[in-house]
Amino acid sequence: MKIKTEAGERHVLAVTVDNEAGILAKITGLFSARGYNIESLTVADISADHALSRITIVTSGPPAVIDQIIAQLDRLVPVHSVTDLTDQGAHVEREIALVKVAGTGDKRIEALRMADVFRAKVVDTTLSSFIFEITGTSDKVDRFIALMRECGLVEVGRTGVVAIGRGSEAL
Amino acid sequence: MTEMSGADMVVQALVDLGVDTVFGYPGGAVLPIYDALYKHPTIKHILVRHEQAATHAAEGYARSTGKPGVVLVTSGPGATNAVTGITDALMDSIPMIVLTGQVPTTLIGTDAFQECDTVGITRHCTKHNYLVMDPDRLGPIMHEAFHIATHGRPGPVVIDIPKNVQVATGTYTVPEIIQHNSYRPQIEPDADAIAAAIDLIAAAERPVFYTGGGVINAGPDASAALRQLVSLTGAPITSTLMGLGAFPADDPKWLGMLGMHGTYESNMAMNRADLIIAVGARFDDRVTGRLDAFAPEAKKIHIDIDRSSINKIVPVDLAIVGDAGRALDALVAGWTDRGLSARDYGEWWRRIDGWRATRCLDFPEKKDAGAEIMPQRAVKALFDATRGRDPIITTEVGQHQMWAAQHFGFAAPNRWLTSGGLGTMGYGFPAAVGAQIAHPNRLVICIAGEASLQMNIQEMGTVSQYRLPVKIFILNNEWMGMVRQWQELTYESRYSNSYSDSLPDFVKLADAYGWTGIRIDNLGQLEDGIKTMIETPGPVIVDCRVAQLANCFPMIPSGAAHTDMILQPNDIVGTMDDEAKALV
Ligand SMILES: Cc1ncc(C[n+]2csc(CCOP(=O)(O)OP(=O)(O)O)c2C)c(N)n1
Ligand SMILES: [Mg+2]
Repeated sequence: MKIKTEAGERHVLAVTVDNEAGILAKITGLFSARGYNIESLTVADISADHALSRITIVTSGPPAVIDQIIAQLDRLVPVHSVTDLTDQGAHVEREIALVKVAGTGDKRIEALRMADVFRAKVVDTTLSSFIFEITGTSDKVDRFIALMRECGLVEVGRTGVVAIGRGSEAL
Repeated sequence: MTEMSGADMVVQALVDLGVDTVFGYPGGAVLPIYDALYKHPTIKHILVRHEQAATHAAEGYARSTGKPGVVLVTSGPGATNAVTGITDALMDSIPMIVLTGQVPTTLIGTDAFQECDTVGITRHCTKHNYLVMDPDRLGPIMHEAFHIATHGRPGPVVIDIPKNVQVATGTYTVPEIIQHNSYRPQIEPDADAIAAAIDLIAAAERPVFYTGGGVINAGPDASAALRQLVSLTGAPITSTLMGLGAFPADDPKWLGMLGMHGTYESNMAMNRADLIIAVGARFDDRVTGRLDAFAPEAKKIHIDIDRSSINKIVPVDLAIVGDAGRALDALVAGWTDRGLSARDYGEWWRRIDGWRATRCLDFPEKKDAGAEIMPQRAVKALFDATRGRDPIITTEVGQHQMWAAQHFGFAAPNRWLTSGGLGTMGYGFPAAVGAQIAHPNRLVICIAGEASLQMNIQEMGTVSQYRLPVKIFILNNEWMGMVRQWQELTYESRYSNSYSDSLPDFVKLADAYGWTGIRIDNLGQLEDGIKTMIETPGPVIVDCRVAQLANCFPMIPSGAAHTDMILQPNDIVGTMDDEAKALV
């Protein structure tokens, strides 16, 4: 016998939760306990009184599993709302990466040129290195990092995705 | 590189890893592995009566042999029943592998029958854990898990194996070099730190060795090196509950155990020392007492394999990260190479002898044949009667455990099995089962309390099934004595739920399971009763009735300084302020 796996699709979920100790462990624990995927997860508090946090989770799975994930998240006591931004349609996704490139000569010039094309900002420089800040969709960040690998990439840090629906409506 | 089922891989890996015994209990989610074990030529499966007992038996096996203990249980309730023993093994650094069945990968997350999040539940009570989603990963994970359980600071590792992964076929591979990507504990101590430690020891006027379970875990050679070092330096030595046996109790340099129920001399020596050499011990709250009064005059050297143990509770002057045995070897070698000899600690020993003169372990007793037996006397009699037989002693948790630690002298490591960090009632009897399986011809005795024993008493069936000659010696005081003692100390003797009511007739229980039962009622019957227990082949339960209201002294109340020991029952006040009441 061989074990088969089902293909999944990518979904971006926005979850608002009480900003209380252990909430992140509860959310990630739910995902690992039930075998769901986390591609990225970001969290920060969003209300003036620091009472609420917004968690953006990028996950993947067959449609029925995505439904379950939403239902399971919604069932957690400290969770206020769960929105499937992918299902909702038009939304904006952004990610920031800090990308360190080391080298001198041609590669250095090439790195700078490409950063310009991608509208990446130089946030730190030495005679032999740059740190670029790039903002965009995960896809764009991926492509920039792939190109920088050819130009002396030494280190990357990424925030993971934050996302929000288009238009005047709020969650 | 042969194709086989996941279940066969598990068993093959056990064989390759030298496992001869598995403690377990079957169920739906592990049936494929049980089938692979059916009539296995080299691996013996011990069928327990409750999964918690499987884990404690594995601990007993591990602690008495130095080899990892292996447990096999089913998903859901099988796994949750194992959690207490897994936590116990984590707290006491016992190498253990727990194989748990899991629902098939296709059902994970659906609240399937007997599904539980084993990896989530055991995340914080294991050294590491795995959920195996692909049979091809079983070989590498099994080998890595054993490596992790036994290297660095030992501990329990859980491998959760979904049923379809056990049934599916794949390729069994053994990693060529078992080395983890990120887990690389430091084994060899730093040479400069060793040299600095020797300087400190050579300069000290009032040194004390304070050793712990780490010395036992480092193997018998570490105990040998410790003896050598103590003899070379001439310094006194005390140890934690977990470290008993690493140094012989009949040596004049032995001060006895330290801490809450340690001896007056060891606690006073810690308090007045100018150098403490901590080896494989972790400054537990039961040991230090009030922290701001702990060893105020001492410089501290801390040898530990776990870097996070260092400066966790007590800041130290010199840290040596590494295996206790290697560090002790290096200290012995360095001391010898430099041609150092023992200092004259005459004045220090005179002070220690002064503390010894309080005879803190003495207890009042009547000596006539009809007198009630003091529990301390029972332990001493047991010790005397088993001298020369090199017994393995396990305990449950409570007063009897402390009396055993105080009055039973150990001469060698791996003969004292007790639950220290977690203090798990129900540990001792199954641990004795595990030790007896590992040492079929040795005398294995569980010193039990009547309350603790009932937490895993169902294992009498296991003992009968495998015809194990385990002896249970109950210090039956008809009380949860340790709880009652604290109620006397703190709650003006309001004995809320601490009486052991409705006890079974242990002799009849012995009979029911095909054991021998002996009851000892008074001092006159003690010696004979113990002799009969030892000489009776097969399992024996001894219901030794002891003085009901005896308490365990000396004692440092929670949060008190080493110098504030209660030596006598008369010293008890009976109340405490809320701050003291809040301490464990
Ligand atoms: C599983 C568990 N539950 C509760 C406790 C708390 N506890 C510590 S000692 C003790 C009483 C033990 O009674 P017994 O086994 O008769 O030993 P004794 O103190 O009388 O020698 C209790 C309830 C514990 N250590 N472990
Ligand atoms: Mg009792």
